[in-house]
Parts: sequence; structure tokens; C-alpha cells
Amino acid sequence: MSQFLEISGLCARIDADGQEKQILRGVDLSIPPGEVHVIMGPNGSGKSTLSYVLAGREDYEVTAGTATFHGQDLLAMEPEERAAAGLFLAFQSPIELPGVNNANFLRTAVNAVRRARGQDELDAVAFLKMAREAAKALSMAPDMLKRNVNVGFSGGEKKRNEVLQMTLLQPTFAILDETDSGLDVDALRIVAEGVNRLRAPTFSALVITHHQKLLDYLVPDRIHVMARGRIILSGGPELARQIDQEGYTKFLAEVA
Amino acid sequence: MPAVTQTREAVEKLGQSTYKWGFETDIEMDMAPKGLNEDIIRLISSRKEEPEWMLEWRLAAYKTWQAMTEPKWAKVAYPPIDYQDAHYYAAPRKKPGPKSLDEVDPELLRTYEKLGIPLHEQALLAGVEVPEGERMPVAVDAVFDSVSVATTFRKTLEEAGVIFCPISEAVKEHPDLVRKYLGTVVPAGDNFFSALNSAVFTDGSFVYVPKGVRCPMELSTYFRINAKNTGQFERTLIVVEEGASVSYLEGCTAPMRDENQLHAAVVELVAMDDASIKYSTVQNWYPGDENGRGGIYNFVTKRGACRGARSKISWTQVETGSAITWKYPSCILQGEGSVGEFYSVAVTNNHQQADTGTKMIHLGRNTRSTIIAKTISAGRSDSTYRGLVRVQPKASGARNFTQCDSLLIGDQCGAHTVPYIESRNMNARIEHEATTSKISEDQLFYCRQRGLSEEDAVGLIVNGFCRDVLKELPMEFAVEAQKLLQISLEGSVG
Repeated sequence: MSQFLEISGLCARIDADGQEKQILRGVDLSIPPGEVHVIMGPNGSGKSTLSYVLAGREDYEVTAGTATFHGQDLLAMEPEERAAAGLFLAFQSPIELPGVNNANFLRTAVNAVRRARGQDELDAVAFLKMAREAAKALSMAPDMLKRNVNVGFSGGEKKRNEVLQMTLLQPTFAILDETDSGLDVDALRIVAEGVNRLRAPTFSALVITHHQKLLDYLVPDRIHVMARGRIILSGGPELARQIDQEGYTKFLAEVA
Repeated sequence: MPAVTQTREAVEKLGQSTYKWGFETDIEMDMAPKGLNEDIIRLISSRKEEPEWMLEWRLAAYKTWQAMTEPKWAKVAYPPIDYQDAHYYAAPRKKPGPKSLDEVDPELLRTYEKLGIPLHEQALLAGVEVPEGERMPVAVDAVFDSVSVATTFRKTLEEAGVIFCPISEAVKEHPDLVRKYLGTVVPAGDNFFSALNSAVFTDGSFVYVPKGVRCPMELSTYFRINAKNTGQFERTLIVVEEGASVSYLEGCTAPMRDENQLHAAVVELVAMDDASIKYSTVQNWYPGDENGRGGIYNFVTKRGACRGARSKISWTQVETGSAITWKYPSCILQGEGSVGEFYSVAVTNNHQQADTGTKMIHLGRNTRSTIIAKTISAGRSDSTYRGLVRVQPKASGARNFTQCDSLLIGDQCGAHTVPYIESRNMNARIEHEATTSKISEDQLFYCRQRGLSEEDAVGLIVNGFCRDVLKELPMEFAVEAQKLLQISLEGSVG
């Protein structure tokens, strides 16, 4: 067993309008360092919930199971502690922060994480230089650093902004929740390249997607199929291509 | 080290959540007995060695006040104030007035140090030349309780012809100017609290900027209430002549107390042709404890008269303190083409109550006004924006734009918007926009996922919400204000 990310028997529910709704029903997942894993699965199977639970969103109640990251009990940590430990979540729908300058937000975040990791904080000049280079590599317009966080951004701009944040925060484990949705082919390639630049023996990613296209660029190590709150099937990259062609129905029927 | 840095550092030390500035300075006080009557007013006037006309003015105001009743229309609730149960005059006992800081009571200077007021700053006092392009130096006229104890930068200002001194001194040294303008913008009988202030005001600032002079530095006054049960009644008068301009900064802190303290200031601004006045306030008085005990009652009348054509008065305020805030900085837009602006951030937490806003009275043709009011409520606090836009028949072409945004934190606070719009001219254009929102869980989680603590996240979101107002503040105040916003909301989430 690797000591990187270990999820075992994870169950979680949410209180939706007074009704308890069980969403995760025993997720087992192990991601070794240096690998890109993919989760596919029909809508409502619990993929986004898994990402939220791993990132520490408080609306979800973990009812059973464990999740460890670098051997630490992930579920006992505050969201910002998980971020400092190297976990990053690229949101499916990035949140708007009116009036908050994007560069200022990024610098605050980067320095918060650097502080927590025992690194020196970056001054404004050093940070801006780094941010501009990273933005350029993602073909982002320079003014996106000056605009308010995600406010008035197009869908594609928001997704790129997520990848920009990921680049600057230098996580060791990134969850990308449908980062490819709503992107045109060129944007998709740029985003994938952004992720690929982070690839290293110490960096792993969990990619939630519906589309094979992204995987053409990312070249994953493992594919997992999630349904009804559990991982029902795992396999190599060929599994994604099979799903792309045949859909989920066949696999769901097999486990039913 | 520039004064600004020192101020900033002092503010940064405020990282603790409880109000740190609750200490009492042990200085011998010269104090009038409790109560308010003609004798007390005569005592104040004689202690201040005022001319006869000033005393008569006070007594007339007192008579007016006696016939008035406390206003009850604001959405604030507080136990009845016993106006006879307070001291109306308190001053550090002094030898002949200090000629320099060396002569100032060291205990007093230590108090300012604790407050982080960079009064003792060497460079500042020595008036070190500031290289081109650097920020203008700030002159500090420090008000300690009722008497101004030290004024710096007097000389630079004098050379420019600017008068900046305690109003008690102006009464004696520039009586013609004071008599000409005092009470002309806020008449003594304007309201209950202005009448009270007119009767018993003890000190405040006087600024006079002569024709064509751009005031060479930003003027700053730090008010501070200290003596127990002493109501503080500042009186500020700023007159800016034709083509002249000034930026005035007012910052406030007060020590912690159990008993409520009454504060009723009056500020009058006068702007002649093409003159401009920028008046910025950061108010951080003791708001009371988590249960709403103690805290300052702040009943302020602030009004500016744009008397001249194309004159401009701009109010910017960041209100984070006081148990009760009752405050409506206003503009009377008389001169043709004159401009009034009001930028406000009001934060209430715990049991604070704020009823604040502005009045824009359009009298002249083509007058314009802008109102940007941001209200943030947390805890069990209650905050009301109350604003009047009035366009008189002669104000053809008048324009107003009003934007009121409320941000709620938690589910036990309240935010209210009460706009009054009265137009008596068909050509006026008045716009009003209002929003109410909450800090969403999504926003907090998003920030925290990026590594920010919950409190930093709230600070960031709140500062973003207030950005349109904060950017109107002079740089050094903007930094303090940002910190203050965050500090005053600590513990309000989660």
C-alpha cells in the first residue's frame, strides 16, 4: 500500500432540505504518488461529492470510512490545512468573489499556503512575475489577473483560472472536477498541458470527467467507474475508451 | 521610518479579537461636576477663556436644546440617557500650554503610543523633506479628551496660509472667521444633538484654506475619549475658499468602559467656488462587549455646504465601532454644478446598532451627487441605511446615483435600507440601486480550499464587497480600514 492517498469504505451523506441523503456508500480508492487517476460515471453517482468530501466541505457528513493523505487523517483536517498539505480542488463551477482582485486573491492564497508549509512569503513583485508567466503559459489574457475573481469570466476563462491557481499553489494532489466541461478543443489542450506541466513523481491527480478527449492529452494511469456512491470497476486507460464508445449501461448492468 | 508604516504596524498588532485599546490614562483631570446647566456652560466658556459672543452663542443653543426632545425616528434602541448624569468638561490639568512635545505629559504620549498614533515620529516632527512623488506627510492634531494637546506641522501649514488649529484656539485667534461660519451649515437648533453640542462643545478642529491654496498635506485628527463618564462634544469647522482644496482625515479609538458614553459631534464644511473638500473618517470606538454592554453612543451631525459654483464635497466613512451610530454626513449642493459624494462602509457585529446614511440636497442647477453605501451586519446587530435625495425646483439638470448594498453574515442580524427620494424638478435624474446578499458557504469554502483561514476568507470577501468605498480613502487609511473591517468581524462566522 502506498502512503499517498488511501480512501477506504468512505460513506458520506448530505442534509438536503431536512432530508438525509446518503451519497457515498463505501468508496475504496488508492492513488500512488506520480499517477493520474480518472473517475467516470453517470450523473449523480457521487463523483463531485467525493471531491468535496476530500477537500473538506462541511455540508457533508462522513458517516463511515477513512481517508489518509501522506499518512495523515485527511478527514480530521480543516479545508485550509488540507490545502496547505498539498490538496487542490479545481471546482466544477468556480465561485465568484465580487470586488476581490484576482491577483490579490492568488497572492493571499499562495502566501497562506507557503506560510503553512514553512516557506518564505512572496512579495508583490516576485509574485506578479510568477503569476504573469503562469497565466501566459495558459494563454490567459493579462487583464485576467486584474479582474475580480471569476466575476464576468466566461466558462473557459473560469476553468483556466482554476488551472492557474493550481499551478501557483503547487499541490501534490489535485482533484479536477470536470475541468474539461464547456471547453473548446484548444482550451482543452491548454488546460491539459497545464496539468501535464505539474506531473512529477511526487504529484498525483484525480480527474473527474465524462469525456475521452481530455484523456487523450492527459494519458491517465488508472480509470475508475463510479456508480451509486461506490467505485464499481477499475481498469487501465482502455476502459475510458470503452466507456466512450459503449456508455455506462453495460457496466451498471453487470454490477446490478 | 515614515509615520504611515508605524501606523500600519500598530494596526497589525491588533490581530487579537478583543478590543485592545481599553485602558485608562492616569493623568490628573480638571473636571466639571456632573450635570448640565447655564453655570456649567459658563464654566466651560471661562475655562476656555472664550470671548463673550461665544458664551452667548452657547447659552442661546442651550435654551434651544432645552425646548427640544431627543429624536426617536432612527432604528436604534437604547435606554434613556440622563443628560444630568454626565460631566461636560474634562481636561488634562495643564500648566501653560505645551510649546513642544517635550512639554507634553509623557503619560499622554505613552497613551498615544499604545494607540499607535505616530505623533512622536521624528521625521514627522522635524518636518523632514519628502521627495517628489512620495505620499504627502500627514499633520496630526491630537485631541485628548477635550483639549488638543499637541499640533504638529503647524509651520508648514502656516507658510501655505492654511490655518489648522484647535477650534478653541480659533475662537480666540481667528474670531472673525469663526463667527462668520460657525453654525451656518449646522445651525444650533438643527437637531437635538447639534443643539447640545453647540451649548457644550469643548474642542475640535478648525481648518481654513485660503483662496487658491491646495493644502500641502493631508490633515488628520485623532479623537479619543478618556475620562470616565465624559461626554465628548467635538466641533469641527472647515472652510475652503475659492479654488482651494483640502483632504481631512479623522480617526477614532476609545478605551473600554462599562458605562455608555455619549458622543455628539458637529462637523461643518464650507466650500466656495471651485473648492474641494475630502473628509475621510475611520471610526473605531468601543462597540460594547459581546453582550452589548458598554460602548459609545455616537450621535453625530456632519454637513457640508457646497456654496460655490463647481465646488465639491466628498464624505468617506468606515464605521466599525460604537454601540449606537446615528450619523448622516450630508451635502447641501447650492453652487451651480457643485458635486456631493458619500462613500460609506458601516459594519455592525454582536449587539451594535447603526442608523447611518446621507442627505443630498440639490439646490443649484446641474448639481450632481453620488451615494455608495455598503452595510455589513453580523452577530445580532442591526444596521440601517437611511438616505435622502432631495431635488429642489431650481435644480434643473440635477443628477443623483445611489447604490446601497447590504451584506449579512449569519442569520441573526438585520439590514435595512430606507431611501427617501423627493424630486421637485422634472429635469432631475435620480437612480437608486440596492442589493442584499450573504457571504455564501460556497465563497468561504472556495477561499479555504485555496489555503485561507476562515477569518481571512471573511476579511477578503468583505473587503471585496467594500472595495468601491475603500478605494476612495487615502492610502494609509485604506490599509487601516481593511484591517479594521476584518478585526471587527472576527468570530462572526462559524
